[in-house]
Amino acid sequence: MDLAEAAPAADGTDASAVAATPLLSVRDLHVSFHTSRGIVRAVEGISYDVTRGEMLAVVGESGCGKSVSSLAVMGLLTKPSGRVERGQILFEGRDLLKLSDEQMREIRGRDISMIFQEPMTSLNPVLSIGLQVMEPLLIHLDMTEAEARARAVELLTLVGITDPDRRLEQFPHQLSGGMRQRIMIAIGLACNPKLIIADEPTTALDVTIQAQILELMKDLSRRLGIAMVIITHNLGIVARYADRVAVMYAARIVEKGTADDVFLKPRHPYAVGLMRSVPRLDQPRGLRLETIEGLPPDLRTPPKGCRFAPRCPLKLSLCEATAPHLISVGTGHEAACHRSGDLAAGVKVFEPTPLGESPAIDMTGRPLLAVAHLKKYFDVTRRVSWRKSEQGQVKAVDDVSFAIRRGETLGLVGESGCGKTTIGRTVLRLETPTSGEISFDGSDIAPFAQADMKPVRRRMQVVFQDPFSSLNPRMTVGQIIAEPMLVHGLVRTDAEAKARIDTYLTRVGLFPYMAERYPHEMSGGQRQRIGIARALAFEPELIVCDEPVSALDVSIQGQVINLLEDLKRQFGLTYLFIAHDLAVVRHISDRIVVMYLGRVMEIADRDELYARPLHPYTQALLDAAPIPDPAAERARKPRALKGEIPSPLNPPKGCVFHTRCPLADEQCRTLVPAARDVLQGHTVACHKV
Amino acid sequence: MGAYLAKRILTMIPTLLGVAVLIFLMLRVVPGDIVELKMRGDGGAPTIQQIEAERARLGLDRPLIAQFGSWMTGLATLDLGTSMWTEKPVTEEIAGRIGLTLQVAIMATIIAILLALPLGTLSALYKDTWVDQAIRIFTIGGLAIPSFWLGMIIILGLLYAFNWIPPMQYVPIWKDPLANLAQLIWPALAVGYRFSAVLARMVRSSIIEVMREDYIRTARAKGVHERLVIARHALRNAMLPAVTVIGLEFAFLIGGLVVTEQVFNLNGLGRLFVQAVSRSDFTMVQGIVMVIALVFIVTNLLVDLAYGWLDPRIRYGGK
Repeated sequence: MDLAEAAPAADGTDASAVAATPLLSVRDLHVSFHTSRGIVRAVEGISYDVTRGEMLAVVGESGCGKSVSSLAVMGLLTKPSGRVERGQILFEGRDLLKLSDEQMREIRGRDISMIFQEPMTSLNPVLSIGLQVMEPLLIHLDMTEAEARARAVELLTLVGITDPDRRLEQFPHQLSGGMRQRIMIAIGLACNPKLIIADEPTTALDVTIQAQILELMKDLSRRLGIAMVIITHNLGIVARYADRVAVMYAARIVEKGTADDVFLKPRHPYAVGLMRSVPRLDQPRGLRLETIEGLPPDLRTPPKGCRFAPRCPLKLSLCEATAPHLISVGTGHEAACHRSGDLAAGVKVFEPTPLGESPAIDMTGRPLLAVAHLKKYFDVTRRVSWRKSEQGQVKAVDDVSFAIRRGETLGLVGESGCGKTTIGRTVLRLETPTSGEISFDGSDIAPFAQADMKPVRRRMQVVFQDPFSSLNPRMTVGQIIAEPMLVHGLVRTDAEAKARIDTYLTRVGLFPYMAERYPHEMSGGQRQRIGIARALAFEPELIVCDEPVSALDVSIQGQVINLLEDLKRQFGLTYLFIAHDLAVVRHISDRIVVMYLGRVMEIADRDELYARPLHPYTQALLDAAPIPDPAAERARKPRALKGEIPSPLNPPKGCVFHTRCPLADEQCRTLVPAARDVLQGHTVACHKV
Repeated sequence: MGAYLAKRILTMIPTLLGVAVLIFLMLRVVPGDIVELKMRGDGGAPTIQQIEAERARLGLDRPLIAQFGSWMTGLATLDLGTSMWTEKPVTEEIAGRIGLTLQVAIMATIIAILLALPLGTLSALYKDTWVDQAIRIFTIGGLAIPSFWLGMIIILGLLYAFNWIPPMQYVPIWKDPLANLAQLIWPALAVGYRFSAVLARMVRSSIIEVMREDYIRTARAKGVHERLVIARHALRNAMLPAVTVIGLEFAFLIGGLVVTEQVFNLNGLGRLFVQAVSRSDFTMVQGIVMVIALVFIVTNLLVDLAYGWLDPRIRYGGK
């Protein structure tokens, strides 16, 4: 697409004004949803501009209205409940809200296209990739089948898909998540659109794949002069890729400006909070995360004054009475806060608080949990085609050894399919290991029968990833917490149980009256606290935390991480902390195990690992994770790891990482590297170190 | 494909064997004695010797295991035995009726699909509007009204309006299609209405669910015409659960149409079945049950094949 021949001037605008006219201009947009439970004002009076070749990031937590506002631009609000109440959406000078359905349909996919969050569900499972990529070409550009096919091959090549001819014949389920997202991008690019809206385009992807996809999008937008609106909650992505940022909170934009302004000189306490509540790879650890307490307001009954006032550490009585408007706080930098001036003058929103004394790690005695040569293989039958099936084995965990000392937090980190969750489940004996030893406090529980496990289970508990599906919806919060105490005979009477429930609820930051509620009445963060309280009720020594914060919003994530650290101190717990987020793992762990495709790549103390990553995979992971600081990001060379994660059903021979490793040679392709101590307490499985 | 089919057909054998064992044992447990019925039914007063002799002639005095043995050997040679009541071969009795029953079932299925697809789709797309309400009245009527009663209304209606009632004599469709249809279209309508109601409800909820899927949003974001969004992107996905219902309902129609057959005076499998049960005609009941079981299994296979055709994930055996 040539910039020079960009859009003809809309009626009534003279040619000289065109250059200055933004491509998309959203003016005072109000969107509401009329539901049986009341009117939700999902977007209230937001305005933003996007010019050609620019990338605007809209940042905020779930429910803040960021996705709704872009669905409104696309004319894709859920009908009939979703309505644009007022405002203008000017695209090349035309108000999209005034167009008929048919006119709007002609713009969608041709001038504006959208890439959605979930590559797994956003492609139609019963239609071929070819048809889905060719569809917009056939609709909008009147291409013949053959022309569209040729263009589809070109598009797939453009987004980095090898063997495009064969891919066109395939169906979505035959492609990995990263490839599906590339297909989505190819569909978005098909008709050379002027604007692409990407709604959390990489949230569902692994960190190395995320880097590939974003690099691709940034590169395409530069080369083809496409304007981009990227909607995300990941501040690292924003810092690395966005030119300008709009921060949304509770249906309103609270701050907008260039990425540098918003990151380096935030003038709204919420923007400050968002940036401070995520653990960062580039900052010293040892302080508590500075989290925004509380929850976002219910948009059916929002607070009268500033929406953020109930959670704001800087609030004045003025804030609760009148809502602040967006005012200029610098060139092209606006914030909606009564105290933005004070922020500029250097008033701190949060006072850093130290973590407090870490419990002593017992370095001398035997480890609480020692896993040696653990293997967990799953037998799978896979239908390769209509008539043929294949017997296979997934080596989910292959010869893994590590130990956790009493009082220690061991972080287990890796991308999807690396076997980290299987390790957690096998240690808990929810899975039976194929071979190997799991010694818990000196006794090998690997061969235990389920009956023998009961006393062990009391001492070893788990907090699951998904707070929505891991709590029984038919039980009250009180019953959920009381069940383990009753099963294990920790309490005898109901009154005793009641008292204990109240204690645990208070300990995890909830209130005793919540014991009567059901899980669906609680927010995600609250449910995760219930899950933690349930685990505590066993009075365990070891808690396996399986991605405990990955389903939560950033500000809530910080609260839960702080809670886990406080509880560890109070109860003298030991954690096996499983996660994919390197920054979170770094913040909470004492020692870290990096895994890839069922094997351990590297084990080291936290500070050692992040200061001196030795394994090429660890280095790549750290490179791929974006840091929420535009200045730091510019200084870094983004080195996206190439290729996909191979299927665990058919892992590469030799070193499992060799297919993506920049250092791989013949030895790596044939010989599995043994884990060896390179330095004191720093184990690496690589031929090249 | 060939190997897959062969495997599926081979696995039918143990299923049918299980059905055979079950029905044999159940009939021996259920009270009722064909000899008593036959000889005393019309007020006769047979002697003990006569009863014993008749029993011996029918083979009912043999030990159960021996009776079961001959039932099994018969099955192995596709011989369902001789009716204990009419003394005619069971296969012959069934063959005389299955054509009619199958035809009614197939026509009812076609009517149901033709009605349910558009109606279900419409009510899903116009959910909670007057269109949906009107279709809901139609479908709830279909669920609530018994088919035989509707059949009677149809006959009465025809009689009042045209002073005509459907012919009573069954003519195979290849001999005289017009006469055949004139007789069988009415029961097919009566049964198809209920069938279409069940199916339309299924299609409606299935489409409502599919329309909420992310890939529908993707299709719209591409600028696909709304009509094509439904026809190409939604319907095929929505058909998956509907196919299961079609299969189950169709199989039920074989042998499940007792009362409707009565109303239209059709000499179908259902009527034969009820007669056989009330006469305790063991061989006949066993034979019909085996045929119905076979229909169920074959329908199931067809449903699975349709699934594979509709959904590439099943065709290629993905997750």
